[in-house]
Amino acid sequence: MTAAVDIKGVTKRFDDVYAVDDIDLSIADGEFFAMLGPSGCGKTTTLRMIAGLEFPTMGSLKIFGEEVGTLPPNKRPVNTVFQNYALFPHMSVLDNVSFGLRMNKVDKTTAAKKAHELIELVQLSGMEKRRPSQLSGGQQQRVALARALVNEPKVLLLDEPLGALDLKLRQEMQGELKSLQRELGVSFVFVTHDQEEALTMADRIAVMHNGKLLQVGTPEDIYERPANRFVADFIGQTNLLDAVVEDDDMIILENGTRLMAPNPLPPGTKVAMSLRPEAVDIGPRGTVPAEHQKTSLEGVVESMTYLGHALDYTVKIGWIDLEVRADAVHAEQRFQPGDEVAVWWDRTSDWVVAD
Amino acid sequence: MSGITEPRSTTKRVLQANIWLVYLFFYAPILVLVIYSFSDSRNVGAWGGFTLDWYRDFGDSSAAKGALSNSLKIAVVSTIVAVVLGTISALALERFTFRGKQVFDALLYLPIIIPDVTMAVMLLLFFSEAANIFGFSKGFATITLSHIAFSISFVSIVVRARLAGMDDKLEEAAVDLYATKWQAFRHVTLPLIMPGIIGGALLAFTLSLDDVVITEFVTGPGWTTLPVYVFGLIRKGVTPLINAISVVMLVASMGLVALSLLTDRARGESAEIE
Repeated sequence: MTAAVDIKGVTKRFDDVYAVDDIDLSIADGEFFAMLGPSGCGKTTTLRMIAGLEFPTMGSLKIFGEEVGTLPPNKRPVNTVFQNYALFPHMSVLDNVSFGLRMNKVDKTTAAKKAHELIELVQLSGMEKRRPSQLSGGQQQRVALARALVNEPKVLLLDEPLGALDLKLRQEMQGELKSLQRELGVSFVFVTHDQEEALTMADRIAVMHNGKLLQVGTPEDIYERPANRFVADFIGQTNLLDAVVEDDDMIILENGTRLMAPNPLPPGTKVAMSLRPEAVDIGPRGTVPAEHQKTSLEGVVESMTYLGHALDYTVKIGWIDLEVRADAVHAEQRFQPGDEVAVWWDRTSDWVVAD
Repeated sequence: MSGITEPRSTTKRVLQANIWLVYLFFYAPILVLVIYSFSDSRNVGAWGGFTLDWYRDFGDSSAAKGALSNSLKIAVVSTIVAVVLGTISALALERFTFRGKQVFDALLYLPIIIPDVTMAVMLLLFFSEAANIFGFSKGFATITLSHIAFSISFVSIVVRARLAGMDDKLEEAAVDLYATKWQAFRHVTLPLIMPGIIGGALLAFTLSLDDVVITEFVTGPGWTTLPVYVFGLIRKGVTPLINAISVVMLVASMGLVALSLLTDRARGESAEIE
C-alpha cells in the first residue's frame, strides 16, 4: 500500500540552522500519527513542509506516491488545522467552512450543503451565521476542523490544535478527534509537545529533538522501549540510573551494584537504565521476593506525597533518589520518611538506553 | 478612607477641567469662525446681524468655485494613486524581505519628516528640470504628482499598522484552503486591511485639500486650489467670505468622515446578516 506521506532524507535549513535534519518518515493511510517534541525540535517545520507552507532544502516528500516537494499548498490534497485556528475573522462560520470549496470552484449550492453537513458533524448547527469572535475557544476549534475536513483532504494536518484549550475541554476534544478520525478513516498528522496527548491519541508517535527524528513507534514502544535517554526522559516520568553494561543480562551501577537488565549492547558500554516510578514495588527491607533479588535496591524513604489514588515516594538509594509510585488502594503498608525500605521491579519493566 | 479618596478626586477634577480646556482650545476658534460667517459686516471682528450673503458671494464667485473644483479634482486623483501605491509599499514592507528594504523603509517616511518648504523647493526644481526635458507645463499634473508624493507615506503608515495587527497565518490558511495568492489577498487580506486603506485615503484626501505651501510652489496658471485662493484673499483683506468658504470646507470634510464611519458600520452589520 502506498504511504499517505513518505518523507525521505528531508532537510530544512533556515540560514545556518537545521530546523529539520535528514529525516525519514512514512505515515500510513488512515493512521493517527503524532509528532512529538519540545518546542523548536522541528516538528512544526515538518508539518509545514507536508502542507507546502515550507519547502524542503533537500530530500523527497511524497503524498500518496506523488512527489510534492515544491508544490504550493493550494495544489496539495492536504488541509491544516492551524495553531490558534487562523479562522477568518471577517467571515461567518458558514463562510469560513465553505471557503476551501468556494476556492475549488465547487458550485454554491453544493458548497453550502457540504458546509452544513460538516458544521453538523462538529456539532455547531445553529451557529452558521456567527463570527469566530462570537464563539468560545472550543467552538472555534470545531470550526477550524470543519473548515479543513470539508475539502475531504487525503491527509489532515493539525498543529497543536488543542494547545489553546483548557484541560477539561482538551480531554474532551482528544476523544472527539480520535473518534472523528476513526469515522473518516483519513490520516491525521498531529503536532504536539504534550506527551500525554500523543500517547492517548496516536496510533504511532515520532519523537523529534533538535531537528532529528529520535524514534518512531507505537505509544507502547515509545513509553516502554524508548530508543535513547532523551526519549525515555521526555515521555512520562522516569528514573534514569547511569550504568555500564557487564554482559547480555547484567549491568553495573555507579556504586558497583549489579542488576539484571537484558540488553543487546557490547560489554563496557555506558548506558542509563530507565525505570518507571509505577513499575517499582516498595516494601520493608528483607521482603524482596526471591525472583526479584537481582532487580532490587535498598534505600531510605526521603519523602512521601499523597495523591489520593497513589502515593509518591522519593527513596534515597545511596547516591541517587529514586521516584516510586505506589498504588494507594492496594498498598499493604504505607511508609514514612526515614523508613528503611527495599524496592524491586520486574526484569521486563526496566529498559536500558545507550547514552 | 477620605485621606485616600480626597487627592484622587482632586486629580480627577483637574483632569476633567483639562479636558474642557483642550476642547475649548480646539473648538472655540472653529465656533467663532462659524458664527462670524453669518455676520452682516465687512469687519470679521464685529457682529453686524445675521446674513447668508457671504455664502451667496461664495456661490456667485466663479473664481472661488473654480478653485474648489480644482481642489477636488486634484484631491480625488492624488488620493486614488497614493492609496494604490501606499498600500502596495505597505504590503511590500510588511510581508516581504528584499534587498534595500531598510533604505526604502526610511526613505518612504522622509516626506513626513522634512519641512513642507524644503519639499516644495525640491519639487519645484525637479519640475523645472523636467519641464525643460519633457516640455510639460506646471498645473494639474505637477500639483497632483506633488500631493501623491507626500500622501503615499501617510497611506503606507496607516495600512502598515493594520497589516502588522493582522495574523499572517490567515493568508497561509487561505492558501492551504486552495486559494491562489491573489485569491488569498482578495478574500482575506484586503477585507481585513480595508479600514486602514479607507483611513489612509481620508488622510490623503484631507492633506491634499489642505495643502498650501507645496501647491503654491508647483501650481501653474489656471490651477489655483481653494486653500491657495483663500490665502490670496487674506492678503487683500479679510472678509467673512473667508469664514464662509472655511465653513463649507469644514462641513464637507466632516461629512466625509461621517460617511466613512457609516459605511464601515453598515458593512459590519450587513456582514452579520448575510
